[in-house]
Amino acid sequence: MLKIKKLHKSYPIGDSSLHVLKGIDLSVESGEMVAIMGSSGSGKSTLLNIIGMLDEADEGEYILDNVPIKNLTEKKAAIYRNKFLGFIFQSFNLINYKNALDNVSLPLYYQGLKRKERVEKGLYHLEKVGLKDWADHLPNELSGGQKQRVAIARALAADPKLLLADEPTGALDTKTSYEIMEFLQQLNDEGKTILIVTHEEDIADMCKRIVRLVDGVIMEDKFVNQVRASQYV
Amino acid sequence: MFDRDLWREIFQSINMNRTRTLLSGFTVTFAILLFAILFGIANGLSNTFDQAFVDDAANSIFISSGQTSKAHKGLQAGRRIQFKNEDYDYIKEEFGDKVQYITARIYKGVNASFRNEKSSYNVRAVHPDHQFLENTLVTQGRYINQLDVDNKTKVVVIGRLVEDDLFKKTTALGKYINLSGIQYKIVGIFSDDGGDNEERLIYMPVTTAQQIYGNNDYIDQINLTYNPNLNYDQAITFSNVLTNKLKERFTVADSDQRAIRVRNLANESKGISAMTSGLGIIILVIGLGTLIAGVVGISNIMIFIVKERTKEIGIRKALGASPKSIVAIILMESILITVIAGILGLVLGMGLLELVGPSLEKYFIKDPAVSLNLVFSAMIILIVAGSIAGYLPAKKASRIKPIVALRDDK
Repeated sequence: MLKIKKLHKSYPIGDSSLHVLKGIDLSVESGEMVAIMGSSGSGKSTLLNIIGMLDEADEGEYILDNVPIKNLTEKKAAIYRNKFLGFIFQSFNLINYKNALDNVSLPLYYQGLKRKERVEKGLYHLEKVGLKDWADHLPNELSGGQKQRVAIARALAADPKLLLADEPTGALDTKTSYEIMEFLQQLNDEGKTILIVTHEEDIADMCKRIVRLVDGVIMEDKFVNQVRASQYV
Repeated sequence: MFDRDLWREIFQSINMNRTRTLLSGFTVTFAILLFAILFGIANGLSNTFDQAFVDDAANSIFISSGQTSKAHKGLQAGRRIQFKNEDYDYIKEEFGDKVQYITARIYKGVNASFRNEKSSYNVRAVHPDHQFLENTLVTQGRYINQLDVDNKTKVVVIGRLVEDDLFKKTTALGKYINLSGIQYKIVGIFSDDGGDNEERLIYMPVTTAQQIYGNNDYIDQINLTYNPNLNYDQAITFSNVLTNKLKERFTVADSDQRAIRVRNLANESKGISAMTSGLGIIILVIGLGTLIAGVVGISNIMIFIVKERTKEIGIRKALGASPKSIVAIILMESILITVIAGILGLVLGMGLLELVGPSLEKYFIKDPAVSLNLVFSAMIILIVAGSIAGYLPAKKASRIKPIVALRDDK
């Protein structure tokens, strides 16, 4: 599904440069639910951005679903992001003047679907996250948990191969966090491959595999017994 | 460009950010408003100038005579110069290729009556060419023709207001009018843009007047238009040569300004046309300047909009928006705002001109209005302006990196 070999990335800071990723090797199979952990500055978000094609590695190999991701033009990157990836962000990143349904169907707009189809699919995914009745509401009329669920519906709308979640529960309270995790676990049960960046141990424990990054290298990569979020809800 | 979904996206964005849209639109509305008013005023001024010359053909030369002011070749000062038919013929023969139309004029005041209606009018006895020199519009019947001149027929062409005065509601054409005791047949009615006085005139054949009012071949004035192929400078040379020849013919000193007076409208037209085009250029420069200011204004606001929407654009890109679609959305929004705001400004400007136009006549501004042509070109300018104003910000927007835009500390 996803293969990364000897990935390096550094950012220029003034005259010197900061070596953020120092040779990452990682491979993720279809159906996995992986937590990428690390303290701030460990490079976990950078890794996720590279996987998400929002950023490009300086060195190394990245293959997603048998497609080598290298030297992409902006246009190509846009197409791949749309086709392969669904993003879930810590701050939800919904477009504030669009209602829930329009937000969810935006990736479908960029796929070139007709409006009727977009509404249909958008409503389907909103229903899946339990927010069909909220379709006409603007993001600022929703609670944090609801916003994140809309964002998840949006990430799912284009039926991506890989869900990338950057601190998906970072802005939520514990109870809501567990609800979101429960939902992500359900998606994983249905076969979606999910990558979650987090620094919270309890969230990581709810995944099936934990990859720990320290100073740009993988220190630990282990499969764990998944803690079901449903028992806390 | 005609993608309905794209428009939906744009309208949504405009609708949800009304203050921003109003602000950016305002600059353009204001610029176009000024533009329209300036152009209207320029048009009004040039209308006033045109009006001043509409009475006579712009290439007219008027030749009149007076008394000599200087003794010359043994002749005393104070001698009266009188033009005759032979002088008219002389000019026609000598300068035939440079003359377009030529006519003699004799002025007479008459008391006219028809049945019980009486009034006094000025008569101009003329040649047929006079019609073209004076821009006379014959509305009924005909003008004086060569046959009238040859046969000295007692016919007249009367002004629209003469008909109104004397014939009230009845038609004057074909009736006989009494001018100071002599009956003339009315063969034509005319109107003239030169004003009411021009429409209270009566025209008759020059030869008829000469026979009836003195039995001589005197002429008061000779009017002609020069060949329109001559440019201003050639026309002025022509009238100078004409003046000198006439002075020679009547034995008048070269420096004598009063004996023979030649007034060439080319002198005035030249000045006026230079002034009008100068004015046009000034207006154009100011208008374009205003428009540029408007474009810069909207461009500024679009840059601000892009800045404000950085995060949104980042989200769109993360969701799979191509750079092209980002350019399209920003560019079309800019064009849409510019065009709508521009049309608003244009309509406001035209309305304003319509409203205050009539009260501006005393400031030499007549019928200030913008032509349909200008409206059309303004539309094109607006679309181009909107594209220019939107292009740089749109390009900037398309280069936004989603990773930068989505950083949480933004």
